[in-house]
Amino acid sequence: MLWNYLKMAWKVLQRRKFFTFISLFGISFTLMILLVVYAMYDHTVGPHAPEKRVDRLLFTSSLYLWSPQTENGGHPSYSFLERYIRPLHTPEKVSISTGHGTAVAYVGNTKLELAQKYTDGEFWQVLDFDFLEGRPYNPQEVRAAAHVAVINESTARNYFGTARGVLGRTIVTDEVRYRVVGVVRDVPASRGFTYAEVWMPITTSTQDIHNAEYMGSCMAILLARRAADVPAIQQEFARAVRQVPPPTAVYKWCTEVRLYAGSLLATTVRERLGEDGPDDGVVWFGQAGAGLLLLFMLLPALNLVNVNVSRIRDRSSEIGVRKAFGATSGALVWQFLVENLFLTALGGALGLGLAAAALHLINTSGLVAYTQFGLNGRVFLGAVVIILLFGLLSGVYPAYKMSKLQAVQALKGASNPA
Amino acid sequence: MQTSAAPVLQLTDIEKIYQTKTIETVALHRINLTIGRGEFVSIMGPSGCGKSTLLSLMGLLDEPTHGTVAVDGRPVQSYSDKELAGLRNLKIGFVFQSYHLINDLAVLDNVELPLLYRPGLSGKDRRQRALAALDKVGLSARTNHFPSQLSGGQRQRVAIARALAGAPEIILADEPTGNLDSVMGEEIMDLLLGLNREHGTTIVMVTHDEQQALKTQRLIRLFDGSQVG
Repeated sequence: MLWNYLKMAWKVLQRRKFFTFISLFGISFTLMILLVVYAMYDHTVGPHAPEKRVDRLLFTSSLYLWSPQTENGGHPSYSFLERYIRPLHTPEKVSISTGHGTAVAYVGNTKLELAQKYTDGEFWQVLDFDFLEGRPYNPQEVRAAAHVAVINESTARNYFGTARGVLGRTIVTDEVRYRVVGVVRDVPASRGFTYAEVWMPITTSTQDIHNAEYMGSCMAILLARRAADVPAIQQEFARAVRQVPPPTAVYKWCTEVRLYAGSLLATTVRERLGEDGPDDGVVWFGQAGAGLLLLFMLLPALNLVNVNVSRIRDRSSEIGVRKAFGATSGALVWQFLVENLFLTALGGALGLGLAAAALHLINTSGLVAYTQFGLNGRVFLGAVVIILLFGLLSGVYPAYKMSKLQAVQALKGASNPA
Repeated sequence: MQTSAAPVLQLTDIEKIYQTKTIETVALHRINLTIGRGEFVSIMGPSGCGKSTLLSLMGLLDEPTHGTVAVDGRPVQSYSDKELAGLRNLKIGFVFQSYHLINDLAVLDNVELPLLYRPGLSGKDRRQRALAALDKVGLSARTNHFPSQLSGGQRQRVAIARALAGAPEIILADEPTGNLDSVMGEEIMDLLLGLNREHGTTIVMVTHDEQQALKTQRLIRLFDGSQVG
């Protein structure tokens, strides 16, 4: 039976090629856009290196000095995080690092602008970088302000002309010499909390990291022992922040210090939306995303509904004959749904191919540094779900309408005797 | 309860009225008709007299406005869509004037169609039955052809094979020779007569051709929706 339906679906597709083209184009183009967006989303907040253990990680990056009348937002300082966040008991480890800045290096007369990040030794323990050679610097080297650096593969290639065998060699950034102790695989720039091209001990920063100001340019990453510990860490984090006294110097007006620890997704959304309260905006983001997804799929789905309804008129004779020979309305609904899902699956496969091509173009364009957006298993699974949803969305109404056709009317409606 | 003594089809006080917002058309008026098992009955009458409507009611494709249709002595007005579909599938085969073959399907697939809706039949069984039906109409060599590759007479043979595939007790044929020339029309008529004679299939045929009608066992005449003979 199913084989018969699929055979019929294939024949129907071949019948009106322009309709088929419109349908397939609508489906595949929509799916391509959705898959590209989903691949970008997954690439930004999914469990990829160096944030492989994303379900156990919490990030804190934005500090708000708040009062009912005004507020001042920015990043917390190193000393603030060292004083109030580092001592938390529930996380397995706490890492403090700066956001990424730019350092300048020269290869002969060629200027290299490198994304640079200062970190503590724990940074390498809470995250999972792929080391191609060497090792990370350790907490002892950080305490000793050792001039050591971990660089990414591309920097090794650009600076030394090779990605291998550069351990122990010296890289000079902003006229300061660092000894390379490790080379890691490139981290995409979309990974905002960990991305850099050169990582150095935070104690070698030229900034005064022991300044007692609350505001600075740092962030913290907290690693839970297990994913289930995350809520307990957030509770302890919130208690610790509540006990922070309002600043007494510049921001005397401040009545409340606001700082939150959230997942990679929550912290990314909070930063993008500028959320300064307990609500990180993830729910809104999810609802808006789902709404947009539906809206985006609705237009081609409606087009497909229209095309399908027109096709049903063409097939009234067939429907009449099937009913006359014993097809129930349910069997016909099933047949049309299978046909529509077949068409959608075909469009989905095309969309998947188009998405792969589009992602390849984005990857090679260098739009986002070191980014390798890809169609992994999760994206593929997402695509299957989207395709099924799309197939049902666009197939149910025409199938229902078709099943309601009276056999007599359907047979009379046939204008082209076979 | 089904008994072999009960007529295969019985129509009692049948009325069919088509109603629009402004007009009411009586298509059939007080039709009482009994079709016995193994009969070959023809229905004649001028265009628009209700012949096809009557055939649709016999085929359970439409419902009468008043009156009852009984199959094997059992009234079907309370049957659900699913029950009616099952009854059509098991008991009735249709042959249409314009064949109503599915252009996109090969001959064998067209003939197999009624068997798709019969539970418990394997693909192999379906194929064998469809081939046997095609053999009966002399088209075994055309199984992989498409309807567009056949002559009108051959298409009608395929349509008859489709009607036969499910081994129904009744064949309802709506002007089966209406689109064919006289030679092909004769061929189809001989085929139907043979089915009735050799297999005891009950056949009700709508026709405009007096000569063909006279070959059947009983002739029913309709005029303006009423039975006149």
